[in-house]
Amino acid sequence: MSAVETTTPAVRKTALNAVHRQMGAKMVDFNGWDMPVEYPASIGCGIINEHMAVRTGVGIFDVSHMGDIRLAGPQALAAVQHISMNDASRLAVGQAQYSALLYPQGTFVDDVIVHRLAEDEYLLVINAGTREKDFNWVRDNTRQFDCAVENLSDDFTQIAIQGPKGVDVLQKLTDADLSAVKFYWVTRGTVCGLRNTLIARTGYTAEDGFEIYIPADEATSARVWNEILSAGKEFGLVPCGLGARNTLRLEGKLPLYGHEISDTINVWEAGLDRFCKMEKREFVGRAALEVAKSEGVIRTLVGLEMVDRGIARDGYKVLDGGGRAIGYVTSGSPAPFLKKNIALAYVPPGFTAAGTSVNVEIRGQAVGAQVVPTPFYKRPKK
Amino acid sequence: MAYPTDRKYTKEHEWIKVVGQQATVGITDHAQESLGDIVFVELPKIGAELAAGKSFGTVESVKAVSDLFAPMSGAVTEVNGDLTTSPEKVNKDPHGSWMLKMTMKNPADLQDLLSAADYEKFVAEEGGG
Repeated sequence: MSAVETTTPAVRKTALNAVHRQMGAKMVDFNGWDMPVEYPASIGCGIINEHMAVRTGVGIFDVSHMGDIRLAGPQALAAVQHISMNDASRLAVGQAQYSALLYPQGTFVDDVIVHRLAEDEYLLVINAGTREKDFNWVRDNTRQFDCAVENLSDDFTQIAIQGPKGVDVLQKLTDADLSAVKFYWVTRGTVCGLRNTLIARTGYTAEDGFEIYIPADEATSARVWNEILSAGKEFGLVPCGLGARNTLRLEGKLPLYGHEISDTINVWEAGLDRFCKMEKREFVGRAALEVAKSEGVIRTLVGLEMVDRGIARDGYKVLDGGGRAIGYVTSGSPAPFLKKNIALAYVPPGFTAAGTSVNVEIRGQAVGAQVVPTPFYKRPKK
Repeated sequence: MAYPTDRKYTKEHEWIKVVGQQATVGITDHAQESLGDIVFVELPKIGAELAAGKSFGTVESVKAVSDLFAPMSGAVTEVNGDLTTSPEKVNKDPHGSWMLKMTMKNPADLQDLLSAADYEKFVAEEGGG
């Protein structure tokens, strides 16, 4: 096992980087990764079109920058239980759950999806910007368990096929029976000729969809990407960048590390109570959360909708009626499907009820907004 | 895209077209392309005094907020209210979707701005295009 991993200063690229550039994608530096933010209008893309495609049809994303940590061995479950706040003992083989890794003070190392791949094998999918931190943290906090911890982050190209038609596109390319895979379950099958490919019915768009994990070499990655594009043509599939990924997750109130959750925000403040199983006897962060619960929160994450003309952006101040700063916006954007300007913000108790009027400071002006129920968008049940 | 030769350009990606005493201002095709889907345009009030090189308003895409910079000094005589309700028109027709009209304080300053050919070269050197 390697010593402490350090962050490489050079900008990192996924195996699909050349493909994105060839397609004319606008590239940005995202947490040290050179990633597509949107594809050109000339091929029917742009953030709004990409967002709408996922809500009403299907879109694909290169999410290979996400990290992957494998825990395997006789005490893999005990290790996962110790380092994550959800209850992994409830997972059947082939099932996945949203969870988080916490510091002893009950704040976030990262949020993760825990997949149970086999009896004693778990895969944690983690964020790009926190890859090394997460891996080091997981390794250091599981030393007492009989369980191997491997960083597989560079082994996979991860492609997300998202939207109501995602199942139709992927079914054309695999022998696995996708109708038998429920949301937040995984299966294995041949995808584009690649045997034993991990297929998870997960995503970060608040929509139905799949994420596939294929070998990270450039040729294979490009071939699979292009085969998905071709298979999706009849369903109006478009490639989507991080811009649409952000607006889609925001409509669904899915947290983003460094915004809604961080090493200074705790589980109760972030409103992630239902993924935190206090009835579990022990996990890192539990004791501090117990205390925090009895003390009560000083701020809560709420949804805002702009009432007046203006767009709340990340970091803008939230003001009360008297102009006093009471909180801040963690993520704010126009919501392309809802056609409203929405935001997530931390505000103190007393400002959390739906219908509460607040203001957002936009370029020195107090612009009217109100607290609304979240998630802003919920996908229709089939 | 070819940049119309009937106007001048700035390095902040605005265009300015002068007819008689009146100048019309908008943003370039390169600007709209880099911004992406434009969803919000905030313009000054009629009568506002603009100072060359200073911000006179804001344009926002889904992802980003950008300042608009005055190509020349002068007073605003008209603003394109259409863009308040249909900001996406700037994406569709950047060189036709004007933002404001103004009278120029120093009409001679126009010659300091970039020609279409020079602007095109500037954009290419910036790595856009």
